[in-house]
Amino acid sequence: MSTVIEGPAIAPDNPPAEAIKAKGSRAVSYWLYLAPMLVGTLIVVLVPFGYNVYLSFFHWKGGLAPMRFSGLDNYKNLMVDEQFWSGFVNSLFMIVGIVIIPTILGLILASSLFDYISKQFNDTVASVLRALLYLPQIVPIAVAGIIWSWVLATQNGVLNSVLEGFGISSLPDWLGNPNIAIYAVVLMVMWLQLGYPVVIFMSALERVDPALYEAAALDGAGWWRRFFSITIPQIRPEIFVVVLTATISALKVFAPVLILTMGGPEGSTVVPSFYAYRNFFELSKVGYGSTISTVMSVLIIVIAWAMLWFQRRNLTEEA
Amino acid sequence: MSAQTVSRNAVPTSPIPIDEIDLKRHPKGVMRWVVLVVLGILGLIIVAPILLLVMDAFKSNADYSANGPLSWPEGFSLEGFKAYMEVVNYPRALLNSIVISALVAAFGVVLSLMSAYAIGIGRIKGGTAMLTILLLATMVPQEALIYPLFYGAQATHTINTVWSVIIVFTILQAAYGTYLLSSVMSTLPMSLLEAAALDGAGRWRTLWSVIFPLVRGTMSVLMVFFFIWTWNEFYIPLVLLSGQDSQTVPIAIATLQGQNAVNVTAMNAGSLLSLLPTLVFFLIFQRTLTKGVTLGAVK
Repeated sequence: MSTVIEGPAIAPDNPPAEAIKAKGSRAVSYWLYLAPMLVGTLIVVLVPFGYNVYLSFFHWKGGLAPMRFSGLDNYKNLMVDEQFWSGFVNSLFMIVGIVIIPTILGLILASSLFDYISKQFNDTVASVLRALLYLPQIVPIAVAGIIWSWVLATQNGVLNSVLEGFGISSLPDWLGNPNIAIYAVVLMVMWLQLGYPVVIFMSALERVDPALYEAAALDGAGWWRRFFSITIPQIRPEIFVVVLTATISALKVFAPVLILTMGGPEGSTVVPSFYAYRNFFELSKVGYGSTISTVMSVLIIVIAWAMLWFQRRNLTEEA
Repeated sequence: MSAQTVSRNAVPTSPIPIDEIDLKRHPKGVMRWVVLVVLGILGLIIVAPILLLVMDAFKSNADYSANGPLSWPEGFSLEGFKAYMEVVNYPRALLNSIVISALVAAFGVVLSLMSAYAIGIGRIKGGTAMLTILLLATMVPQEALIYPLFYGAQATHTINTVWSVIIVFTILQAAYGTYLLSSVMSTLPMSLLEAAALDGAGRWRTLWSVIFPLVRGTMSVLMVFFFIWTWNEFYIPLVLLSGQDSQTVPIAIATLQGQNAVNVTAMNAGSLLSLLPTLVFFLIFQRTLTKGVTLGAVK
């Protein structure tokens, strides 16, 4: 975004009255248009966020209980809190399930639909497949959680019934076994996420010059060769956006954990956002919950900023 | 934008259509069917849970516990729906969801337009700083705002009313909308504004008669997205709308989770009812949703 004000190129010898008047009132009147948003952002985002940071320096049970200033105690406790660190490891699982696998798979799928199915069959077939993959994206996340708790149920669950049909006798206890419950959550978030990169990458491919693909095919480049030499380099900006937004949502995962597992079994699926929620509304440790959410906010902003900076540096190097 | 690495004029366009080239490599064209089947199976696996949900929602309890989730229903039963309707005031939840999502979509889009006008066209001082703050607002995890919002909603007596959620999401969605519309507006030719100024149009008239028609397309896509994002929201509504009368569709079913009072078929029926509105919405706006996803993705 450039903020350089390009003055209107009005001939100076005969300026319209409006232009002269506008010069004086410009600064004031545009601010009026921004005022509602400014006030709203203050009330809904900035003040609550500031208050949340402020609370992280206190011990407070919430409500009418006394607030006791505790300095950095909450932060010190958090650094040695095993539940927080294991929640952090679970965030890495979420990154695998939301960023890494869907992005790679999404690239391959989008490229197959665009550079193969569309050309071998027709666009309608590709659109139908795209719509199928995108469907989970519009399912309310709470409802998706309910559906998956039914899919993964140990008794009479969909997945185990299918496995039984294949003759597997030792059925996994997806949501009850601390060693595999996190994989159950990963399975669900992958299902939720996959459609997003596919749709973004497919529309990105539409702006790539078809002549590139044709020339490569003429030169005898197979599908994989075209995939690595044309598709990926051409849609790099979109790949970056998908990775950035998906990373942020991976660090924010909440509903799947709340609904599928409640953080259990034995705390094996707790993620930071859920841990903060638990401290706020179940354990009445408001100060501690604020500390967790403050740390996560800073982390998300730093990661996003670092990714944007890295991307910008790459662009200037290329140019 | 990455620089074009291949100079375009050096590429001769092929006289042979690409599918013929590929067919030469696979003379029988068997490969294409293999790929189609593999992708088709993947697509089916993705929608299978939803298809099975539709089928199982119409089973009776006895049928479900005897034959499991994969068998064809023995009969057409509305048991599950009746049981779900007994524990949840579904029509009320549906009305709440529609009111909240529609108002957020309408307010959010208008607010985005006004703010973007000031930043993208007015180029006011501090516009970039404002955009940075708005972008951060879209990134901040909701748990970092929730307790103060919960507290504020209690203090203003808006807790358990649709208004608390409408105010919060109008601002959160408009943060994204402002960012997006500002970048669209900053690409508009300045000559338009000069023409409007020469005609003697003031700020307000310029916004509605010159700028609005040009960004109307983007605004309608934004509106669809604001509606569906708000509809699907979970964290903030879960905390601010715990009362039966103000619950949204997703919250109403989520609060039943894990309660033994409700059996599997009732939960399935409830899931189906909760899924239906978004499904209808998806079918109506499918083109907008799949095309509009890329909004603002690349500038």
